[in-house]
Amino acid sequence: MASYSTNEFRGGLKVLLDGDPCIILENEFVKPGKGQAFNRVRLRNLMTNRVWERTFKSGESLEAADVIDQDMEYLYTDGEFWHFMLTDGSFEQYPADAKAVGDALKWLKEQDVYTVTLYNGSPLSVTPPNFVELEVVDTDPGMKGDTAQGGSKPATLSTGAVVNVPLFITIGEVLKVDTRSGEYVSRVKSS
Amino acid sequence: MNREPVWQPSASQAALKSRAQQLAFVRGFFAKREVLEVETPVLGRCGVTDVNLDGIPAQVSAGTRKGGWLQTSPEYHMKRLLAAGCGSIFQISRVFRNGEQGRRHNPEFSMLEWYRTGFDDVTLMAEVSDLVCGWLGCERPEIIQYRDALRRWAHIDPFAATDLELMRRCEEWLEPEQLADLGRDGCLDLLMSFAVEPNLGRGRPVFITGYPASQASLARVSKSNGYETAHRFELYVDGLELCNGYWELTDPREQRLRFEADNELRSRSGKPEMELDEAFLAALDQGLPECSGVALGLDRLLMLKLGVQDIREVLAFPFERA
Repeated sequence: MASYSTNEFRGGLKVLLDGDPCIILENEFVKPGKGQAFNRVRLRNLMTNRVWERTFKSGESLEAADVIDQDMEYLYTDGEFWHFMLTDGSFEQYPADAKAVGDALKWLKEQDVYTVTLYNGSPLSVTPPNFVELEVVDTDPGMKGDTAQGGSKPATLSTGAVVNVPLFITIGEVLKVDTRSGEYVSRVKSS
Repeated sequence: MNREPVWQPSASQAALKSRAQQLAFVRGFFAKREVLEVETPVLGRCGVTDVNLDGIPAQVSAGTRKGGWLQTSPEYHMKRLLAAGCGSIFQISRVFRNGEQGRRHNPEFSMLEWYRTGFDDVTLMAEVSDLVCGWLGCERPEIIQYRDALRRWAHIDPFAATDLELMRRCEEWLEPEQLADLGRDGCLDLLMSFAVEPNLGRGRPVFITGYPASQASLARVSKSNGYETAHRFELYVDGLELCNGYWELTDPREQRLRFEADNELRSRSGKPEMELDEAFLAALDQGLPECSGVALGLDRLLMLKLGVQDIREVLAFPFERA
């Protein structure tokens, strides 16, 4: 496997640190004019999601981690694994366990496309698109005449996610939701 | 990654204008003091032996000479002018350092370097203050000894501590195996960069002076309080290292020994040894007048003037856009 020297460090680079795959978040070059150069690096451990801060002597190197992001369609779950399929026409399938699916679980809709991060060929994490469109399966009855003004109520979506929505939303409507904040964005016009 | 090339400058129009004003200010400052502006090669035959400075080699083919180096500083050429009897001189030049890139670094940057014949380090520090405070409108710097700065902010005595104690102190930042080949000066640089520097010049600019003799580079060394210290100073403003100055070493034999020691350090750390600049050493043989010299980063000075945190905001085209 290739390795990266400190002068190749940049945000987004995936490296192995203490045996775990990590993604470099920030790399700060520090050097007194006449002295030894160092790199202060912030990394997120992709196994634990913890953020580490490490110092390296400039010129040190880290092994590259075999981590790649792939677009995959969510197929189904058998209760133990969530099955995804590459969208590149190969129809290759990958089972992701609960740990890999993580918080993406509440946004999983069959046939939608997700970013699956593979580490040494196995799903490490699943990232939903920034926006998903999901149907409301349960919420208090909508109030007539109430439009944009005031108030919100919880609504349960088809995936089980609960989001706060305006009072006029009714069961059966399809909503656009921001998966990063978990917030309602808008109604999706039904044709 | 294939990104669209960015053609626009990364500095604002206001920053570019301020850069021009800064150049005019510097030239006016030295004109008033009758210091001669000079120009020396950016492309030289030799690089530097300094183990922490990596030059950028050039593929030159001219006459019988092949190869060359983009200069990391105009120092050697300027000292040859001093030896030739030019008197006090200054230069605004582009210098090059391989691998240096970040919020405060660009591999190519603007250096203001000047030499004052007959000045010692203390007199030159006063002139640096005149220039920097005259441009930034800041308070005049206080002077803190290197030893006191390390004791105060890194909680260790840089002269009295053993190598082992220094390494232990550095374990806050580095793993023991990373520390194994860092060496005493590397440890001190780490403490300076991470424990001391962020505190320097907050509110009032600070000169650090009295560096350990091992970090003298081209400064003369004398004994103070039983320890050998270098007549070297650095100015920090708002945690930013701005300049590095010396009461210059004029002894050619001592200079040659330091170059050879550098090369030994280089080969031990797996770096290529550098050819000694014999023309420079010959000039020292001829006799460098008693003088002090200082190199000041003009891009950083402009960062301070404009209150920006990233050098890219003051460069028209940082390396990634060049």
